[in-house]
Amino acid sequence: MGKTLFEKIWDAHVVVEKENNPSLIYIDRHLVHEVTSPQAFDGLRMNNRHVRRPDLTIATMDHNVPTNDRSLPILDQTSAIQIQTLEKNCKDFGIKLFDINSPNQGIVHVIGPQLGITLPGSTIVCGDSHTSTHGAFGALAFGIGTSDVEHVLASQTIWLEKPKSFQIRVEGKRKNPQAVTAKDIVLSIIKKIGTSGGTGTVVEYSGEGITDLSMEQRMTVCNMSIEAGARAGLISPDDKTFDYLRNRQYTPKNYESLVQNWKENLKTDPDAEFDKTFTLHIDGIAPQVSWGTNPGMTCDISEVVPTPEDYSKGDHNQKKAAEKALEYMDLKPGTPITEIKIDRVFIGSCTNARLEDLIEASKAIKGRKVAKNVRAMVVPGSQMVKKQAEEMGIDKIFTDANFEWREAGCSMCLGMNPDILSPGERCASTSNRNFEGRQGTGGRTHLVSPVMAATAALEGHFVDVRKLDLN
Amino acid sequence: MEKFKKIKTIVTPLDQVNVDTDQIIPKQFLKLVQKSGFGKYLFFNWRYDENENQKQDFILNNKKYKNSKILVTGDNFGCGSSREHAVWALQDYGFSVIIAPSFADIFYSNCFKNGILPINLDEKIIDKLKNESGELEIDLENQMIKTDSEQISFDIDTHKKKILLEGLDDISQTLQFEDKISEFEKQSIIPSVL
Repeated sequence: MGKTLFEKIWDAHVVVEKENNPSLIYIDRHLVHEVTSPQAFDGLRMNNRHVRRPDLTIATMDHNVPTNDRSLPILDQTSAIQIQTLEKNCKDFGIKLFDINSPNQGIVHVIGPQLGITLPGSTIVCGDSHTSTHGAFGALAFGIGTSDVEHVLASQTIWLEKPKSFQIRVEGKRKNPQAVTAKDIVLSIIKKIGTSGGTGTVVEYSGEGITDLSMEQRMTVCNMSIEAGARAGLISPDDKTFDYLRNRQYTPKNYESLVQNWKENLKTDPDAEFDKTFTLHIDGIAPQVSWGTNPGMTCDISEVVPTPEDYSKGDHNQKKAAEKALEYMDLKPGTPITEIKIDRVFIGSCTNARLEDLIEASKAIKGRKVAKNVRAMVVPGSQMVKKQAEEMGIDKIFTDANFEWREAGCSMCLGMNPDILSPGERCASTSNRNFEGRQGTGGRTHLVSPVMAATAALEGHFVDVRKLDLN
Repeated sequence: MEKFKKIKTIVTPLDQVNVDTDQIIPKQFLKLVQKSGFGKYLFFNWRYDENENQKQDFILNNKKYKNSKILVTGDNFGCGSSREHAVWALQDYGFSVIIAPSFADIFYSNCFKNGILPINLDEKIIDKLKNESGELEIDLENQMIKTDSEQISFDIDTHKKKILLEGLDDISQTLQFEDKISEFEKQSIIPSVL
């Protein structure tokens, strides 16, 4: 029997294998940020250990950096200490750091691919669950806790039980690809399989609906694999993948010979079997808007907020969860999604803050202004994205419309920096999690695509973006 | 890491599905650079109101459960962010065992690095345990939960069981394989970043 892409990458990275035990897996790339690493470096110091492969380790600061003027001091003392701690740790252990003033600074999952650090067929870890993003390049990439960060720093390996394989086929063609985006594909998947539908698995996305996507769109899909509970999401690399990574700042010198190897090896064999499969047909899917407090609580723009009964389909626990979510979100069942009024808009995050996302969102603006009573911000995923967008004049489109144009970071996706919602504020957000309080205590998050978020900023409520001219 | 010993306390029933790590430890507490002291922030937004007064209807604020070391909860516990702070907070607060129908992968793995035992059980059994008023004894060695009236066995991976029972340090174990790691590195085709 043939092997899946996941099994091929797994097998190529096993250092130690024992039956019925976890395997010791080699890690090719370790990405480090300020929030989940200080305790790991402390552990190394306490045990007098060094970083085994600083040359495979890259650090940046993204989670709690302010997104306003970078020349100003960081006012929040605890954030400042965490940032200084990372600087010291990288210096002490010889790790390359893209600090707050580096032109390469940005969200770790945005800069990895942009710099050519992310490579097909490699294993990538980071103390962040959205590491699954890098799977768009055919890398086995997953989030780890701080103890494992320490383990990888010390040994460049990790003990892992082999996950199951889960094939998600995305079939068909979107009718209106500017209005129905990669975000809508992945939210549709999570809505169907649930937030634990992928638990214990590595998902491989395939089918025309995936190969049609650009690399940046594929990253949006793989990024949210974790929201379905999957450890990682994978897409077999193709010419789009190889073209994207060619001639980046850290693209390996022997890149073309690596590409030859990857072309031959990095695909699932036709006779390989997956532990689980699911197919989504995308011909008729609509733009998605989340209404609840987990990413599975999502519906079509043309629908109404569901009743807990309709949502839970007889499951008592899910019904209770939906009741709690509706109360938290202050929404009444039966309300058309297009009538939900918003206070804030956040275009950003490792899900949707790449150049294409910003371009797509800017197309909705057409000289109009952000609605009165709405505060809208655009936070590019990296300083490189910001610079490219500025060279294209995209920043001007946003600022002319009264969007705030900010410096790169995770920002209001998780609100560790000053960019947060006030209690009760309702936000159209291009991020990945609508958990209670995620964007600020008492804040209410609706997950949407960049074009939906930009349009909501102009109108003050959600709109069926399929009806707009987005050319 | 301390060795996992037998535990006997009442259970704290947290009757909710999909409890995410943002709820277990909200982001404003992730800025600390040490591992200790997170217990006071556990479930912060559920435990305290905007003036930081205890919310009386939240289970952890019921004095009855003050000394409980066993949290019994719903499906997909620990989903979302990989933050190990969630496990540090549970442990620092005093929980040693978490029983749920299912756990999110990263959270589950983080538990074993910090001496917490996550137990998967069928939802029907969990519903019964949630209403158990007496003490539960958790015996990891024999993979057994004892209530006043019955014994319930549970499954756990042998390797993970050993880690908890012996309080093993992962890294020193791994470094025994240093030769194999070096050998692997010689044949790897993925080049250095720099």
